[in-house]
Amino acid sequence: MLFPMKILVTAKRVEDPESKIKVKPDGTGIVPEGLKYKINPFDEIAVEEALRLVAKHKGETVVVSIGGKEVHEQLRHAMAMGVDRAVWVNHTGPLDQMAIAGLLKKVCEKEKPDMAILGKQSIDDDQNQVGQYMAEWLGWGQATFASKHESLDSDAEKSKTPALVVGADGKTVKVVREVDGGLGTVECTLPAVVTTDLRLNQPRYAPLPGIMKAKSKPIEELTPAGLGVDVAPKLTVLKMSAPAPRKAGIKVPDVATLMQKLKTEAKVI
Amino acid sequence: MNLELPEDCQALKRSLREFCEKHVKPKAREWDRTEAFPLETVRELGRMGVLGVRVPEEYGGAGMGALALAVATEEIARYDGSLALTVASHNGLGTSHLRIFGNDAQKKKYLPKLATGEWLGAWGLTEPGSGSDAAGMKTTAVKRGDKWVLNGSKMFITQGTVGDVFVVLAVTDAAAKQKGITAFVLEKGWPGFTQRAIHGKMGMRSSDTAELHFENVEVPDSHRVGEAGQGFIDTLKILDGGRITIGALAVGLGRGALEEAVRYAKDRTAFGHPIAEFQALRWMMSDMKTELDAAQLLVWRAATLADAGQRFSVEASMAKLVSSEVATRACNKAVQIHGGYGYTREFPVERYLRDAKLCEIGEGTSEVQRTIIAREKLKGV
Ligand SMILES: Cc1cc2nc3c(=O)[nH]c(=O)nc-3n(C[C@H](O)[C@H](O)[C@H](O)COP(=O)(O)OP(=O)(O)OC[C@H]3O[C@@H](n4cnc5c(N)ncnc54)[C@H](O)[C@@H]3O)c2cc1C
Repeated sequence: MLFPMKILVTAKRVEDPESKIKVKPDGTGIVPEGLKYKINPFDEIAVEEALRLVAKHKGETVVVSIGGKEVHEQLRHAMAMGVDRAVWVNHTGPLDQMAIAGLLKKVCEKEKPDMAILGKQSIDDDQNQVGQYMAEWLGWGQATFASKHESLDSDAEKSKTPALVVGADGKTVKVVREVDGGLGTVECTLPAVVTTDLRLNQPRYAPLPGIMKAKSKPIEELTPAGLGVDVAPKLTVLKMSAPAPRKAGIKVPDVATLMQKLKTEAKVI
Repeated sequence: MNLELPEDCQALKRSLREFCEKHVKPKAREWDRTEAFPLETVRELGRMGVLGVRVPEEYGGAGMGALALAVATEEIARYDGSLALTVASHNGLGTSHLRIFGNDAQKKKYLPKLATGEWLGAWGLTEPGSGSDAAGMKTTAVKRGDKWVLNGSKMFITQGTVGDVFVVLAVTDAAAKQKGITAFVLEKGWPGFTQRAIHGKMGMRSSDTAELHFENVEVPDSHRVGEAGQGFIDTLKILDGGRITIGALAVGLGRGALEEAVRYAKDRTAFGHPIAEFQALRWMMSDMKTELDAAQLLVWRAATLADAGQRFSVEASMAKLVSSEVATRACNKAVQIHGGYGYTREFPVERYLRDAKLCEIGEGTSEVQRTIIAREKLKGV
């Protein structure tokens, strides 16, 4: 018998890596004009995994995003993929990782999911901290960088089998995770926080009937004040600058020269 | 007046773009070369709901409108005209005819499977001897008891061999002319109903086109779609909607060509400069962009009117006329900007040009569109 699962996932709004990202000349941030946004790709993987788990176990999925009204786009995206309902923490202005983890912790206490699945990091700041803080502060199990043994071309993936395996008693989850030089497996008690790596699954494309259904799925509005979380940043961004432009490459006449340069100049072999 | 696409259309556009980048863009050239109908990809689009855009939710579709179908078609056409034609014709012709004019039993039987792409839909109006003069068709259906017996043939029918469900128009009362034509829904495999693939098309090569032949095909009266004698009048309404999607398809091809042209022009150098710096080419690209935007607005206007339940027939003709001619022009310029490379299969622009040309012919030629527009605008002359 399978126990129904309630799963909470996150959907951060991030800059679409396909749009051109430029740093403002005064270094106070990036130029917002002409930018496109999307759901953090790691969060999209989290959504997919949650949907697969709930397809197998039954239960409910809830998606959370923090930000201004514009994050509704990402919440609707997750709901178009199939998530049942959304929680929107309405906040504009800078937030650091501790504030985000603090808000998500409160939402978890309120929603009481069996599992929270988050991206391991978001592709804008690439911090990789929120899941870990959350698990620690909630006192929950923790499994980061969830991945799987099967390749993304495998039959298991094609049949949308979840990679996370919940124990028969519904009290534990087994997670294959990426570690230096390979894969490791951890089992932790539920409730747990799981963060997703890139090769966990291939997220589905939002189906058209899903897009229509998402329009009428509920979005509950919360605020940091209402949740009793002080979000004043402990971390401030002093200055942003673009990475130095890459130097032009060189052409070598033959393999011998290449080998020699790799040995003597690049010193990599 | 709001010129922003609604949120659901933006979402479907994003979803399709991501799908096409990954599953269509890398394969479109090979599909074109081998005239291969990409059944697996079409099925996948079906699972995404792209084959039931306008089918109501109660029949398993997305329940979206004409604008959504236009946006979906345009987005797919940016990558592959043939696949866009498959989607446009399946949704806009066969499936729409059943959705709008079918009875409850017919809708229950066909729409759910058409909406998911388990069955593909085709629509047969054109015949070897009649295209623009569609009402001049020769296929006949003669009533025998509670059955009709069909004889004749159809030409250039999209999804003609891969299709499962066919809406076919036939003369049931020759004397009544346009009011003597009736629509029927047929299934593949019925005795006397055969299909023959047409190969060697200039463009749209991986869209499936075929001749249909009817030799004493017995069609139960329960498979008559709409009233007897009403088929041609219903057909004109289907074509109105279809023209919006063909316009959108053309805009998509033109946009694809422009994007390729811009990328190439920035990359390629001549006389020590990127060719994008030459005014002659800059102006070509300005014209492409401006004309394509204008065409897109005409398509969106027609679709918005349709979704508001207003008359949109002439607007659809205008949208189709302008979009198809603008697209062909834009694709032609894109080939020119690519120089000799544009004339080879190494770059997709020659394919876009071959595909775009169909948009000036299918679902009513440019001449037919102009005739319709003039008839409306010059009433009584
Ligand atoms: C790839 C492809 C897919 C197609 N798919 C379908 C489909 O799914 N279902 C379907 O039913 N049909 C389909 N068609 C058929 C298409 O709609 C017809 O080819 C089109 O309507 C033109 O008809 P025709 O080819 O008989 O040309 P004709 O009508 O013979 O026209 C020949 C020329 O004469 C011009 N002309 C004709 N009458 C006039 C007039 N009164 N005034 C001025 N000029 C005139 C035309 O504009 C054209 O330039 C498809 C065609 C193609 C090529």
